[in-house]
Amino acid sequence: MEPMLSVKNLTVKFPTDDGMVAALNGMDLTLNRGETVGLVGESGSGKSVTSQAIMGLFKESRAVIDGEITFEGTDLLALSEDAMRPYRGKKIGMIFQDPLSAMHPFYTVGAQIAEAYQVHNKVSKKAARQVAIDMLGRVGIPDPKRRVDNYPHEFSGGMRQRAMIAMALVCEPELLIADEPTTALDVTVQAQILDLISDLQAETNSAVIFVTHDLGVVAQLCKRVVVMYGGQCVEQASVRQIFQRPSHPYTRGLMASMPHLAGDTDRLTPIPGSPPALLALPKGCIFADRCEFAKIVPDGRCLNMRPELIVEDDHAVRCHGHELKLIDETSLIGAGS
Amino acid sequence: MVSFLFRRFGAMLLLLLVVSFITFTLFHFGPADPASAACGQECTPDRVEQARVALGLDKPFFVQYFAFLSGLVGPRMLGAPGAEQMCAWPCLGKSFQTNENVTDMIANALPYTLSLAIGAVLMWTIVGVGFGLLAAMRKGKLTDRFIVGASSIGVSLPIPVTGLVLLLVFVGTLGWFPFTTNQIVSPFGEAGFGAWVTNYFLAWVALAVLFSAQYVRITRNNMIETFSEDFMRTARAKGLSRRKIVFKHGVRAGITPIITMLGLDLGALLGGAVLTEQIFSVPGLGFTAVKAATSGDLPVTMAITMLAAFFIIFFNVLVDIAYAFIDPRVKVN
Amino acid sequence: MSAPLLEVTNLTKHFPIKGSMGRTVGAVKAVDGVSFTLEKGTTLGLVGESGCGKSTTGKVLMRLLDPTSGSIKLDGEDITGLKGKQLDGFRRRVQMVFQNPASSLNPRQSIGAAIASPLVEQRIKVPGGIKAKVADLMDRVGLRPEHANRFPHEFSGGQRQRIGIARALALDPDVVICDEPVSALDVSVQAQVVNLLKDIQADTGVSYIFIAHDLAVVKHMADDVAVMYLGKIMEQANKRELFENPRHPYTRALLSAVPSVDLDAALTERIRLGGDLPSPSNPPSGCVFRTRCPAYELLDEAGKQRCSTEVPAGAMACHFPNAPLAATVGA
Repeated sequence: MEPMLSVKNLTVKFPTDDGMVAALNGMDLTLNRGETVGLVGESGSGKSVTSQAIMGLFKESRAVIDGEITFEGTDLLALSEDAMRPYRGKKIGMIFQDPLSAMHPFYTVGAQIAEAYQVHNKVSKKAARQVAIDMLGRVGIPDPKRRVDNYPHEFSGGMRQRAMIAMALVCEPELLIADEPTTALDVTVQAQILDLISDLQAETNSAVIFVTHDLGVVAQLCKRVVVMYGGQCVEQASVRQIFQRPSHPYTRGLMASMPHLAGDTDRLTPIPGSPPALLALPKGCIFADRCEFAKIVPDGRCLNMRPELIVEDDHAVRCHGHELKLIDETSLIGAGS
Repeated sequence: MVSFLFRRFGAMLLLLLVVSFITFTLFHFGPADPASAACGQECTPDRVEQARVALGLDKPFFVQYFAFLSGLVGPRMLGAPGAEQMCAWPCLGKSFQTNENVTDMIANALPYTLSLAIGAVLMWTIVGVGFGLLAAMRKGKLTDRFIVGASSIGVSLPIPVTGLVLLLVFVGTLGWFPFTTNQIVSPFGEAGFGAWVTNYFLAWVALAVLFSAQYVRITRNNMIETFSEDFMRTARAKGLSRRKIVFKHGVRAGITPIITMLGLDLGALLGGAVLTEQIFSVPGLGFTAVKAATSGDLPVTMAITMLAAFFIIFFNVLVDIAYAFIDPRVKVN
Repeated sequence: MSAPLLEVTNLTKHFPIKGSMGRTVGAVKAVDGVSFTLEKGTTLGLVGESGCGKSTTGKVLMRLLDPTSGSIKLDGEDITGLKGKQLDGFRRRVQMVFQNPASSLNPRQSIGAAIASPLVEQRIKVPGGIKAKVADLMDRVGLRPEHANRFPHEFSGGQRQRIGIARALALDPDVVICDEPVSALDVSVQAQVVNLLKDIQADTGVSYIFIAHDLAVVKHMADDVAVMYLGKIMEQANKRELFENPRHPYTRALLSAVPSVDLDAALTERIRLGGDLPSPSNPPSGCVFRTRCPAYELLDEAGKQRCSTEVPAGAMACHFPNAPLAATVGA
């Protein structure tokens, strides 16, 4: 079956005063209809850039984009800003990290949801308002008839994110891109929002790209995970595979450095060093300077050659050591222990 | 809302009172002697004293001040004892120089200043905000650089220079515009709308060149900041048209600081555009104020100062009220 | 037995709400009767969600804010009433590490000068000189001493937090108040800083007040944990006790809300809190948590009555700990 969305070898560079910032360096991603995939990485890994590139938000900016984004057979990168409009909101909905700044402060929540509906549906103002009320009810806002006339600042953080979700889903898009939607929220509110997204996803069967830095959120919500580092996908597999058999040294490092509630480890195992500087990427593997396996891979390959993304049993890994079978189960660094 | 308005207007009155007191004090203890100025060229000490009594300047400071204030609440009597005349409310006194009723003088001068201000404000708002918006939308491109360049020239041109050059070129050399006349004070007068525009056009341009340049800059910077807001990204992600994104979402959010500036500038301009009125010979408030101040004409100076202060404070309050309508986050309490 | 290093009793911090004409019309009860003790060489974790008052507690402890009432004792000495210069001695012994290392460092000051600044301000004579002391501090937090002349922007987020920690350690304090020290950092770097703080404690015997919203991080850092809600401590216990056998309904809800990486965790209880945080200027009567409490709705009338009139007190601020909870799945 043809995937619904496929991103191939996507590169995005931003010109700055200090030079070109390479935000994406050959990103790959595929997504099937109705599937929920988690895009995981730390700051600067390119996870948000990926989601915004899919939405075409870098069109008409100074960003230099190369590669391929195919959505239902259409090359989205080739579309003009105007030709992209029928996709935005209608076929692809998007929610953002901070719902307070993502909503217009001067319009009511209801007006903003109704507007999102009216862009793509020829209906009267009154009908659109009713749609907004219904949608607010569906995302669990109590007393939606009254709340529809509130301004964003009159909502609590959790309710605002619910309203954002209502706005993104009002046209019943086939794909929902959620860009760190719970990062700014408290943990009990995050739990409510994750429940909501997962319920709505089951109800509408839309596909979801969930961008997050939290592996726990991925485990709870997603079927498949894409781990990003330095603007590349370094590992892609089912959630179960990733958690039981993490193969890329970075994925393993990430899991080992994560504090857990369960278990009784007193000491965390951090990844040494810091995330890569996107202004001057190494010519070899981007993770090499923080990777303990780079030393055991022969010919200094990790320092001189970018590894390819190798797919085996639906488990894709971008690592010389893994490719040469030099890293096995026994060399796990503390993951899951 | 009602209590908010009451409080704001109460504060406004208080502020005006303070302004009047300060102006009055400065004048009273200043070096100018209005009595000898009013008495003319050939003046004996006797006649100066007579003039002093006639003008009421012989009375103690506070008596004079309260006499002035009483004219603001009701009619008051003016003139030397025995020759008193009734001055109807609102009484701002009589000119020391011409003995004209100051209220009438202001009523005569105000339409000129209004004509000047309204046209100039319209012109620079349309030009300044329009080009500022255009520059913001084309940020970094040639159009933007051209507009920014032009505005830095405009901002550094003083009004006397622009004004004189305009007069020289368009009235003198080219003869496209007539000399400004003080016969036309209103767009609805006998001369008609066209003549009114022609009469004030160059003065408007002189003011607008300077102010447009400032408005271009503030609009551009504000809109660029607004365009980078998260909610603008949301508007795009909804699939809205460019026009809706820019105007409905962008301008609505980015316009507030411009409204503030507009309110303050309009208020200041209504108090009299001194330089412009001088250069274009428009007998408005600024023109009258300069004449009064240089000849020690206390009642006229007082009145225009108070009026200017009133306009500035009044438009400040207006801006605050406008804010509450534009931004729902602003609570009027 | 000697007095604990830090003893906080019934600490409150109310921010007055000004109405029109400057009248005080109410108060935001940011911290409302918080008590705990901190022993030498141990860590107390203060956890809770935004608006629970944990950061305000930290600021009051640091005396950056004046407490409304209550007392703070350091080594048995009451420092609550000290003002201005009198606080110098206290400041030497209690230091703070902030959440955002970028904004707590002066961008125009070299990091060596930043680390030395507490020593200079307090006019402390360092045997061997300040330079050597700074080098030693930088070495201790894992920075290269030869970088002392560099400026904050030349360092990554994690390194800047190390600079902040070095500065806090300059005066060899007894207590360091860490206000969300790792929440702005990426996971891989966060682990470095958590480990560093623990190593420093093992070396120097410093005590920490560790303020964080991330329960998992607190579990790794703290010996004792206090869970805060709406300005009050809900449950306070030894770490092992609290995480393995949470008794307060709020603690249980909080723990169950943390997404687990354990894929087979479906059997743990799943409690979802409804509604929103009540306003701290008008908290519910009795138990402040009752309006969202998953145990409250299952109580009988007498129980509900008790919760809405009596304020629960103590380390286990609940009238009915271990009561059955509503909306619980598979518990």
